[in-house]
Amino acid sequence: MGTQLIHAVVDGVLTGGVYALMAAGLTLIFGVMDMINIAQGILVVLGAYLSYVLSVHLGLDLFVGLAVTIPALFVVGVVVEWTFMRRLRERERTAMSILVTYAVALIIEGVLSIVFGVNYVQLHAWYVDRSVYVLGFYLPYIYLFGFALAAVLLGALYAMLYRTRFGASVRASLQDRTAARLVGIDVARVSTICFGLGVAVTAAGGMVFGATNAFNPNTGYDLISRLLTIVILGGLGSIGGALGAAVLMLVLEDVVSVVWSPVWSAVVFFAVLVVVLSIRPVGLFGRSMARAQ
Amino acid sequence: MNGLTPPTAGASRAGARLPGARRAQGVAWLVFGAFLIAFPALFTNPTITSIAVFTLIFMTSTTAWNAFSGYSGYLALGHAAFFGTGAYTLAVLTTDLHTPGGYGVFWFVPLGGVVASLAAIPVGLVALRTRRHTFVVITIAIFFIFQLLATNFSFTGSSSGEQTPTPSWSAAGYNDRFYYAALVCLAIALALAVLIRRSRFGLQLLAIRDDEDRAAGLGVRVTRVKLVAFVVSAFSVGMVGAVYAYFLGQIYPQFAFDPLFDLTIALMAFLGGLGTLSGPLLGAMLLEPLQQYFTLQFSAGDVYLIVYGALFLVVILLMPRGIVPAVTDFVATRRVRRSNLAEQVALGQGGTQEVASGPAVADQVQAVPGGA
Repeated sequence: MGTQLIHAVVDGVLTGGVYALMAAGLTLIFGVMDMINIAQGILVVLGAYLSYVLSVHLGLDLFVGLAVTIPALFVVGVVVEWTFMRRLRERERTAMSILVTYAVALIIEGVLSIVFGVNYVQLHAWYVDRSVYVLGFYLPYIYLFGFALAAVLLGALYAMLYRTRFGASVRASLQDRTAARLVGIDVARVSTICFGLGVAVTAAGGMVFGATNAFNPNTGYDLISRLLTIVILGGLGSIGGALGAAVLMLVLEDVVSVVWSPVWSAVVFFAVLVVVLSIRPVGLFGRSMARAQ
Repeated sequence: MNGLTPPTAGASRAGARLPGARRAQGVAWLVFGAFLIAFPALFTNPTITSIAVFTLIFMTSTTAWNAFSGYSGYLALGHAAFFGTGAYTLAVLTTDLHTPGGYGVFWFVPLGGVVASLAAIPVGLVALRTRRHTFVVITIAIFFIFQLLATNFSFTGSSSGEQTPTPSWSAAGYNDRFYYAALVCLAIALALAVLIRRSRFGLQLLAIRDDEDRAAGLGVRVTRVKLVAFVVSAFSVGMVGAVYAYFLGQIYPQFAFDPLFDLTIALMAFLGGLGTLSGPLLGAMLLEPLQQYFTLQFSAGDVYLIVYGALFLVVILLMPRGIVPAVTDFVATRRVRRSNLAEQVALGQGGTQEVASGPAVADQVQAVPGGA
């Protein structure tokens, strides 16, 4: 039991890091644009399938393949933003963005089902199949590598946001779109790039997810509901909050599945959101949500 | 406030200004109702009547969803939880009570609605504390809790689902019983929607949609109004969910609690016109047969997903308010222009060509039941 608990916590922290990366993309998009990208879940699956194609058909290493899939998904994000999101009217942005990205998710799901079928697949590489002995249990290398990748990318995202000029304009748009526009920031361009970045992280997230879980085109629903839970708990728009909530929730889920039952761990995941929001409607780490629209 | 602002008020005002429009609307609704009642007599092909049953189920669900989300502006994406609750109420109770298949099973349909609305009370109490996107996400989360519960509990048959009694009636006209059961549900959902829309209660809902804080300041008991609308909306959805379970004969957690259902009813309402009475009906009548057609044609639903998503994107971008408000506005401006033109013709200034095309357009539009 003791070892199992430690295992659950370590496992939760490591997978939590990857979820934090995927959720950071979602929360970045929301923070800058007031939009919720429901397609984030299926885009993670798309990222996983792209890695799958590169590794199976071209024999590329999963991590090397990211050099292709991250830019590819960045482009997907930019195209989606450019074709649909920026055409939504200002007043109804949040609600409409949910429906539009849901529609985009359906299209992607349909295409993936036609191309790959509904059979579950999983990514393979030596570090997926081989394990390392830590703290009394075996852990596949991919968990460590995936966590490291997530940490590096989150660090890069953080550095971009807080150490560059572009980051400053992103944060300005995050605080107040109108004021940002007034001081000469091209908010439309910032939005497009942020949407692209928010989607691009799903390539890395999808690769690690696909290496640690079997997936099919339907997996997107489960993913997006978890990611939404995480970003709401973390307080929408807050990247640090998403990080904390992701690790917390994944650890909680793993611990519940050890001490109670794996069957109920998923219920606990959503139940926590319901309980937290009925006590604190702004989420665990959220500041006041009075971002008047 | 909540980001959803369907143009009901404007559209109905435009409708009321037109001479005879109200009467024409009444006639259109009567014709439409007569058509729905006569439908099984006109079409006996079981494939078509089966599609009709599914269409009625979605017409009811969308109407009920719209009575809450369309009027209050709260975008709920978890109504499949109530649909599934209704379906499971019928399936579990008839199995446990060993109800023989037959008309008696239909008594469990209103019960499904009651159980669904009882389930909606705690859900609404929690979810309606939040607004806008948080509300959307929490309804999605609660929906997944329902789905997981149905998958995990043993009394719901876990992942293997539940069977409903086999109906006793013969194959000829087999679907008709379900058709009329669903039609009754639709009538109830429509009656509830009209009641809400025409009442003081409905005005309070619309006030919440426009500015919740101001409505609260003016004395609207916002929490109670929202909750009642939410529960009423869950009732019709639960009823029609029960019909669905009996019609299919076997339900599984993934199908009774389908995340696609949440989106489908929202898309149908948006396509037809959010916050209107006829819009959700029109949306369901266009999309559900389309889905059934694609399912029959390509066996797998993948192509349908693409078509569906693409169609919705086109509608959102070209007609963001939906078909009914767009058409209503078009007709209203057309009529005004025509009466202006008529004056000009009387003055001998021409423009006869456009005058001639006017009535044809108006006739087409009358085929759409109602106006706003």
